[in-house]
Amino acid sequence: MEKKTLLPYLLILPAFAYLMFFVGYPLVQALYLAFTKNGAFSLETLRRTVSDYYFWSALKYTLALAAVIVPIQLGLAIVLALLVNKAFKGKDMVIYALVIPLTISDVAAGLIWYSMLSPYGFLNKVLMNIGLISQPIYFFGYQYRSREFLAIVLAEVWRATSIVFVIILAGLQMISREYLEAAEVFGASYWTKLRRIVLPMLKPSIQSALIIRTLFAMQIFGIVWILAGRDIPVLAGEGFYQLTEIKDYGVASVYALIIAGLSILLGALYIKFLKAEYLEVSR
Amino acid sequence: MVEVKLDRITKRFGNFEAVKELTLDIKDGEFLVLLGPSGCGKTTTLRMIAGLETPTEGRIYFGDRDVTYLPPKDRNISMVFQSYAVWPHMKVYDNIAFPLKVKKYPENEIKERVKWAAELLQIEELLDRYPAQLSGGQRQRVAVARAIVVEPDVLLMDEPLSNLDAKLRVAMRAEIKKLQTKLKVTTIYVTHDQVEAMTMGDRIAVMNQGRLLQVGPPTEVYLKPNSLFVATFIGAPEMNIVDATVVENDGLFLEGDGFKIPLPDDFREILESYIGKDVLLGVRPEHMTVKGVSTLEHVTRTAEIEGIVDFIEALGTDTIVHAKVGGNIIKIKLPGHIPLPVGEKIKIEIDLDNIHVFDRDTEKAII
Amino acid sequence: MRDETKYALKKTAFYFVIFTAVAWILIPIIVAFLYGFTTKTDYYNPDIIIPHSYTTKYVHTILFTLGAWEGIKNSVIVATLTIIISFILGIPAGYSIAKFIFPGRDMIKLSIVALRMFPIPVMAIPLIVLYIRLHLADTLLGVALAHTAMTLPFVVLITSNIFGSVSKEYEEAAMVFGLTRLGSFIKITLPLALPGLAAAAMFTFVMSWNEVFVASVLTLNHRTLPAQILSIMAGSSGGAAPDYYKFAAAFIMTLPAMLFIFFARKYLVTMWGITLK
Repeated sequence: MEKKTLLPYLLILPAFAYLMFFVGYPLVQALYLAFTKNGAFSLETLRRTVSDYYFWSALKYTLALAAVIVPIQLGLAIVLALLVNKAFKGKDMVIYALVIPLTISDVAAGLIWYSMLSPYGFLNKVLMNIGLISQPIYFFGYQYRSREFLAIVLAEVWRATSIVFVIILAGLQMISREYLEAAEVFGASYWTKLRRIVLPMLKPSIQSALIIRTLFAMQIFGIVWILAGRDIPVLAGEGFYQLTEIKDYGVASVYALIIAGLSILLGALYIKFLKAEYLEVSR
Repeated sequence: MVEVKLDRITKRFGNFEAVKELTLDIKDGEFLVLLGPSGCGKTTTLRMIAGLETPTEGRIYFGDRDVTYLPPKDRNISMVFQSYAVWPHMKVYDNIAFPLKVKKYPENEIKERVKWAAELLQIEELLDRYPAQLSGGQRQRVAVARAIVVEPDVLLMDEPLSNLDAKLRVAMRAEIKKLQTKLKVTTIYVTHDQVEAMTMGDRIAVMNQGRLLQVGPPTEVYLKPNSLFVATFIGAPEMNIVDATVVENDGLFLEGDGFKIPLPDDFREILESYIGKDVLLGVRPEHMTVKGVSTLEHVTRTAEIEGIVDFIEALGTDTIVHAKVGGNIIKIKLPGHIPLPVGEKIKIEIDLDNIHVFDRDTEKAII
Repeated sequence: MRDETKYALKKTAFYFVIFTAVAWILIPIIVAFLYGFTTKTDYYNPDIIIPHSYTTKYVHTILFTLGAWEGIKNSVIVATLTIIISFILGIPAGYSIAKFIFPGRDMIKLSIVALRMFPIPVMAIPLIVLYIRLHLADTLLGVALAHTAMTLPFVVLITSNIFGSVSKEYEEAAMVFGLTRLGSFIKITLPLALPGLAAAAMFTFVMSWNEVFVASVLTLNHRTLPAQILSIMAGSSGGAAPDYYKFAAAFIMTLPAMLFIFFARKYLVTMWGITLK
């Protein structure tokens, strides 16, 4: 009899323990690497990290990229999801096409956009051939840092909007058609329906999407590395550099911890400010 | 408060014709019930009146206005949906206030009207709650309150009571009817429940397979059904239907398996063309009685047939006697508790002014 | 008349926007693929937008001279290992959550979701220190173990949904007729869940295939494809490879994943929708 009630827990145990280990251990280890020196608590590694020129740039750029990219993605995804939610010919193929970027790694996405934006890339060739420009627009290279920023934004929006799109579309499909018909019957125009019914009912999905996107934006790495290298430092990139080139495990750990800390902070803020009260009450 | 005219509206979904050339006039202030089984097209018709579907053919008028292609929001209508469609993310107050807010009523008038509607539906204490905190019956009241708060030209209801439990349904029936009488708003009410239709409607429109079969006040539809379908759909227990032949044999008779019913002479004129032909005979259970144990009130002419008691349904207030007549089983409704023994030979008296004869092929009523 | 033209206009505008969105997604991919196969002269010729002559030379070089083929093999091994390990660990957990009601069930579900949110870099950096000690550094198994930590929450959630959709009554019927719970799981539940599990496996494959940070940190000589490509191509200043190599690389990295997901596309929206609540 006792064995029976333990069974569910036993089945979950391996997975749970595995995850706890792979999350718990690195966390503890990272704290150790970051905050000890010669076995004793020390803030020296922290100081070393913070005094590096690249650190503040990395922090700034990571946050800046997120602040620009995430809202654009959210807006685009909502527009696309609303459009795609009707029935029309070819709907399934369109959804597949819009979702392809989910299958593309950030490194591949970086390479693809390089082909679009390089001096001999698609964009430049088209613009030159229709006569809008006479010289190619340079997007890459240290002196074109602001353009590199733009390139990264373009590539990331292209790549990761699909994730937000899928989440929002799923949320949209869960809104029962009768809620919208009732609004129509009582006089609501398309925009009123959108504002008062659809968007409020999408709040949970928007919250999920924002949390996921922002958290991953804190970890942005491959795409920046490919398109701009260290011209545009980012937290994950610097951590990677410190680990693999400088071999300073302590500093790398600090970067990792800062990413984690920012993620938790932003996640908590989203949860607090995007609460949907109507989902929490019960009879 | 307007008149609604449906002029030969047809709705096709691909090859399927859901509504076939429906023509119906609904009077100003009337409570009209669209009655029929699932899939008969009544909900589709309602949705076309609402503007949620567009007719494939035909036109819809509200008074003088042709609203056929007008979107719902421009028709000045209200609707109570089968699943209520009370928005979960808005409090009860905001749900009810929505139609007013959309039409840009001033704030204080909104407050007044919401209060008025909530009081009418007895949900004033619930105004500050979310729908998730309410029971099904309470949510239904919110849906109704929301529908009456603005003064619509037409009020539409799509089976609003079907999701309630039986007791609540009976109570709400009366409330809705009283409400409508008070507000005098043209109301179109869809249901498959013929008891609802009979108790609530000023007129009932019976539909089947996309067609309108009969329209009339409840008593007319009940006592003078124009077709086999209407006759058997309305009334519980169902009208008895048996095969019979019109026979001329020194008098007019309806002859069938186990019975021969003599008909008075004034029936001859109507049945003239059917002499010698097979028809369907229909009699409602309450228009018959068992001689010796019960009587029919207010009857002038009767006929008698013989039968054997097969089964007794004792309902407390009434008794349904299942009697074998030839190869048919006939149900007779008797007031009170009359436990006749199974196998007993009985004489069944039939009220001749309430028999119905149907053409076997067209299923239309001859009498 | 005016209403009908308005309607037609709206419809055209709608299709136009959809077309633009799809084009926006597809054009860069098509461009990169085409350019990966262009000849050098065509690429550097500013007048030729769509190349005339093609060559597989660069794809070839990347694969065999620059080590991408090794990378592919390694990625396949890592991804397969990841699927195996995460399914072995995840399926029992998913089944348990789906079929049993026990105290703490919601808490556990929530914490698994929360663990998924955990940033990967935080995991990888300290992990390499441990791996060095355990002689797991620069091994495919090591990467697979780390990838499993990344995919496991996903697998648990998905399988719990899939098993949840297999009606309890099928299993109970089997048990009435003599099978044990385990037997009923193997003979009844698993076959019914197979399509969903197959789709989940494909997604796990793609996740592992595309992962770059952890793979780059944890390997040196036995790199997975993304890690290998990254080291060859990194940075505008550090990228020694000429452009067309980049596009050939993009082609190699993208094609398998795209094909995979094409087969599982029906499950896409539903699956992602489910995991996120």
